[in-house]
Amino acid sequence: MNAPLLEVQQVSRSFGDVRALDGVSLTIAENEFFALLGPSGCGKTTLLRSIAGFEHPDGGAVLLGGSDLLALPPNKRPVNLMFQSYALFPHLSVAANIGYGLKREKLPKAEIAQRVDEVLETVGLTAMAKRRPAQLSGGQRQRVALARAIVKRPRLLLLDEPLSALDRKVRAEMQLELKRLQHEVGITFVVVTHDQEEAMSMADRIAVLAGGRVQQVATPLELYRNPANLFVADFIGTSNLLPGPSAGQHLVVRPEDVRLVAPGAGRLDGTVADTQFQGGTSTVAVDVPGQAKPFLVTEHGATEAVRGTPVGLAWQHEVAVGEGLA
Amino acid sequence: MTSTKQHGGLARPSLGARLRRGVEPAVLLGPGLLFYAALVAAPVLLVTGYMFARRGRFGGVEWELSLDNFSRVTDSVYLEVFRESLGLAFVATLLALLIGYPTAYAIAKLPPRWRTVALVLVVVPFWTNFLIRVYAWIVLLNSQGLLNDLLVGIGVTDDRFTLLYTPGAVVVGLVYSYLPLMILPLYAAIEKVDEDLLEASADLGAGRVRTFLGVQLPLTMPGVVTGSILVFVPSLGNFVVPELLGGGKTVMVGNLIRDQFLKAQDWPFGSVLAMIVVVLLVLLFLGQAWVTRRVEGPARG
Repeated sequence: MNAPLLEVQQVSRSFGDVRALDGVSLTIAENEFFALLGPSGCGKTTLLRSIAGFEHPDGGAVLLGGSDLLALPPNKRPVNLMFQSYALFPHLSVAANIGYGLKREKLPKAEIAQRVDEVLETVGLTAMAKRRPAQLSGGQRQRVALARAIVKRPRLLLLDEPLSALDRKVRAEMQLELKRLQHEVGITFVVVTHDQEEAMSMADRIAVLAGGRVQQVATPLELYRNPANLFVADFIGTSNLLPGPSAGQHLVVRPEDVRLVAPGAGRLDGTVADTQFQGGTSTVAVDVPGQAKPFLVTEHGATEAVRGTPVGLAWQHEVAVGEGLA
Repeated sequence: MTSTKQHGGLARPSLGARLRRGVEPAVLLGPGLLFYAALVAAPVLLVTGYMFARRGRFGGVEWELSLDNFSRVTDSVYLEVFRESLGLAFVATLLALLIGYPTAYAIAKLPPRWRTVALVLVVVPFWTNFLIRVYAWIVLLNSQGLLNDLLVGIGVTDDRFTLLYTPGAVVVGLVYSYLPLMILPLYAAIEKVDEDLLEASADLGAGRVRTFLGVQLPLTMPGVVTGSILVFVPSLGNFVVPELLGGGKTVMVGNLIRDQFLKAQDWPFGSVLAMIVVVLLVLLFLGQAWVTRRVEGPARG
């Protein structure tokens, strides 16, 4: 891991009785693509807005490159935020939107024009420079918002649900695009998202937040293979949950780790309840006596399981986790 | 709104549906159109006709083509009245804007429940008769009035100021009368500005002043222009306020037009004066439409 860039230390923020952030601590490294992942109301947006300067924590510290960030007003922070709504200025052209932040730095006109041109090229919107935001598609607006933030060359770029307003197909493209851009411009990205697939596919590391607390900080693979608690196991990917070895514990078994075997030859027996063919893989749902939910098994290609037949379930990899959330 | 969309562009709409589509707009628009035809279009046409006629001996007009009325307008006496009226209306509008913008801004930032209360309070003065409200200012402003009592009382001055019957008093009366017409459109415009845009401006490095000038003000410009026109138009044509608070010393276009019709019995000349005001106002409204379109941008294709 590179040198730490952003340090969030014991940050708390309450709104009335609701603790939006409850002693959150995180360290984000230089050049990292970091995701804050959690369900709505988990505190991730409050944390993001605290870093940008639009929320004021009740307690704790936020350091950027070792210096106190909370003491600065939003317009003095070397941090930029890409708003979920994009917040493009409707009365300004695309080029003027992107140049807005550079003008505030009192840069020479020629330099502003040059940097705006460069960034337009980077996001592939050179032809749209003179248009107004209202004349662009959703994906194009998203690129303008991104260009407007990265043209400032911030030390840290915050992105609030950057892809949520896009339709499915554009979203998949933009996930790759965001990753490419992050490598290209070499800026540390912090993305807030509620979409675990999005976080998994883009981020180097992910912090899973729930109830204003950090549940786990890890790489996507680590989160998936070794969830720290039941909440993370359930939130990330699909899990089969079984009673654990000791009280209050659960066993997490991922569907792709399970093989269908002859009845009696595995660790559990059940009856095939349903099969779904998804192209590259198939999902088999198996009813296991004593289990409320069917046990899910992922198989490569088409499955040979037939509904109503008894099967055995075998697996090697499993993780025992505690409850986590109260 | 297109018919092909409504009907899927397949079957030809039934006769009933087509009839309904023709009748519906007529029924909905009819009363309004009739009202405007009777009370706006007809008088304007009549006044346009009067402009080219000769004055009748005892009021009314003689239908005899004449252009004399137009050349009389360039008389310096009348030009001076126009200049003074435009000046007073302009100052009143500017003051109303300077008072109205912060007020509207403060109201827009109130919690929703209090916003309604504040807006009702803004409109409350309209519940009292206009004349009575203007008379009240005489009580406040005259040399034995409350304002002078106050100034002498707190020791600002020993001599009582001449406040009433000055152009200043006229401006005060105009601002007071039409301030709500400034506040309401400003409020509507300010309330519409997305808070994210102001935050985005700060995020990109703009201070409060820059954010106001670069984002807030341009985005609320349609409200500024609408409010200004709503204050400027009735101020320019007002003849009650100059008469009561200006003491007849300050003559505005409104007084002049009224006098041509009711005192001088010169309807054609009054018509020319009135039409000049109408043309000015139409130009103003065209300007407003232009500003609004510029800010809100061309419609999305």
